[in-house]
Amino acid sequence: MKRPMLALDRRADSRPVVLKTGFMQQILAFGSLIALLIVFSVASENFFQFSNIVGILLSTAVTGVLALGATFVIITGGIDLSVGTVMTLSAVMTGVSISFWGTPIWTGLLVGVTTGALCGLVSGYAVARLRIPPFIATLAMMMIAKGLALVISGTKPVYFADAPGFSNIALGSVLENLIPGFSIPNAVLIFFGAAIIGSIVLTRTIVGRYNFAIGSNEEATRLSGVNVNFWKVVIYTITGAFTGIAGILIASRLNSAQPALGQGYELEAIAAVVIGGTSLSGGKGTIVGTVIGALIMSVLTNGLRILSVPQEWQTVVVGVVIFLAVYVDILRRRKAA
Amino acid sequence: MKKNARRWSAAALVLAGMLTITACGSSNANNANGAGGNAKANDGAATTASSDSKLYVPIISKGFQHQFWQAVKQGAEQAAAEFKVDITFEGPETEEQVDKQLEMLQVALDKKPSAIGFAALDSKASAPLLQKAKDANIPVIAFDSGVDSDIPLTTASTDNLAAAALAADKMAELIGGKGDIAVVAHDQTSLTGVQRRDGFVNEIKAKYPDIKIVDIQYGGDNLKATDLTKALLQGHPDLKGIFGTNEGAATGVVNGVTEAKMEGKVVIVGFDSGKTQMDAIRSGKMAGAITQNPVGIGYETVKAAVAAIKGETLPKSIDTGFYWYDKTNIDDPKIKAVLYE
Repeated sequence: MKRPMLALDRRADSRPVVLKTGFMQQILAFGSLIALLIVFSVASENFFQFSNIVGILLSTAVTGVLALGATFVIITGGIDLSVGTVMTLSAVMTGVSISFWGTPIWTGLLVGVTTGALCGLVSGYAVARLRIPPFIATLAMMMIAKGLALVISGTKPVYFADAPGFSNIALGSVLENLIPGFSIPNAVLIFFGAAIIGSIVLTRTIVGRYNFAIGSNEEATRLSGVNVNFWKVVIYTITGAFTGIAGILIASRLNSAQPALGQGYELEAIAAVVIGGTSLSGGKGTIVGTVIGALIMSVLTNGLRILSVPQEWQTVVVGVVIFLAVYVDILRRRKAA
Repeated sequence: MKKNARRWSAAALVLAGMLTITACGSSNANNANGAGGNAKANDGAATTASSDSKLYVPIISKGFQHQFWQAVKQGAEQAAAEFKVDITFEGPETEEQVDKQLEMLQVALDKKPSAIGFAALDSKASAPLLQKAKDANIPVIAFDSGVDSDIPLTTASTDNLAAAALAADKMAELIGGKGDIAVVAHDQTSLTGVQRRDGFVNEIKAKYPDIKIVDIQYGGDNLKATDLTKALLQGHPDLKGIFGTNEGAATGVVNGVTEAKMEGKVVIVGFDSGKTQMDAIRSGKMAGAITQNPVGIGYETVKAAVAAIKGETLPKSIDTGFYWYDKTNIDDPKIKAVLYE
């Protein structure tokens, strides 16, 4: 096990760290985020206020956690189109567990995360062992999860009427108890907590190393004796587990599991990942980048809404930003080559 | 350079994917609906074997998943049991999927039904198929929104313009006739979205010069509507009231106002029902809402279809009605009957 790792390390070390991590892209992304904050603050006095910043962070939480998960799969050079609807399925399963089976809340949370992880496991197995291209395998999973969410819920929202504490998971504020007045909702803490864990897994563990190795050169990784198939399944499962967490967050925030919601969220997650400098062709990416990417998306929508920009135009602006982000990344890589 | 090409092709793939997703995603749910429909058709076939003359009326709705459509379906099934006809109920997943709906209408026509209930997403697009129905002497009953054609014998629907105008009057009354208000509409293209927005806006403009509508935003999905409501409140701190034009938009407004801790400071007027909205009205977070009569829409559609098959003449339109409900009358039996959780 040790030897192939060394070989991979040497290969990775031969490139400057800056290029490997998309460091420049992150600086640019972070700069754009700051620039956006400044522009909106100048444009409207209502923008840069504690309550609104908290609002932005809260609105980032769900897609942000989805994007964190998606980062893992995208770094392998794969894609996961199922995260939106798997999120919904996880939310529904959490609801079924708590409201229909009457389990304690923590069991419901476990059921939600497990549902997400299982869906990821199946996608990963389909990709790694059955050799179904990630795009197709996760497209299929997207539909399966969507259908199951509707079937299991009986096409009705599942409410958490008998578990009054459930909405506190996202909307309560542990921080406020510690520091009065500092009312940052738990969902935001969970998002940042998930980001820290994701970052550790990606940069400090063997899964993370193999993740980058597979994304950079799958064949070389295989030839150096790494069980690529096994690790791919692990990585898709990790993505699924993050998706499950997102499912719990959205259910808690809406105090209900909405079975018809969720499709389209995967594209927002992928957009956040890409804006954050993770390469769709694999091998490059960071969690910090994804967090910034997700924040850029929600700062943009929030700011444009506060300025009362018509919604049609908001969508156009977000599209243009994605274009720019990817183009800047391409310019940077061209320069490096 | 080669690497760039690879990246671009990856991007192109993603774009192509987005298109596929929208297409495939929908067909998925439709299949699910179809399966349900087939099962029902089989039940029907089983009963037809014993009583040969049972009528078959397929209902093509605009949607399926929403609680509203489930309530319409429930009404249709009531009437089906009462008048002893077989029905199937199906509809596309979103109100943009005109093509899916036409496909369903086509299949329904091919089954040579006794009559058809149809809620058109796009009247013009469905004109050729409606003509086919007319040529085959299959009576068409429109429901929910009017079909811009003289082929449907009648239309069972809510007058959305008038319903939204009533919401505007209630809003004006609740905020004392002056101040800034906003609208969170469920979408900017569907007929109900447009009519409810316009019905509300026109009424305010015509009757209440001291009320200003400062913003109209769109978000039919609860989470989106929640976030945009918070942004609305942030951008317009003096906002006196918000009108949400359907269940998703209205519950989003309730969530957003609650999260922004502005309960009681902003008057919320909603549309349709659903558990979240009803709870909010009971607890006073929401002032009240307009409810349509979805069960009545379904019921009247099937009833009219039966009448049409028998050759009876029908009125040009059947107003299925709408009601204002708030804390005071939410448990009224008459109101309770048209609300759904």
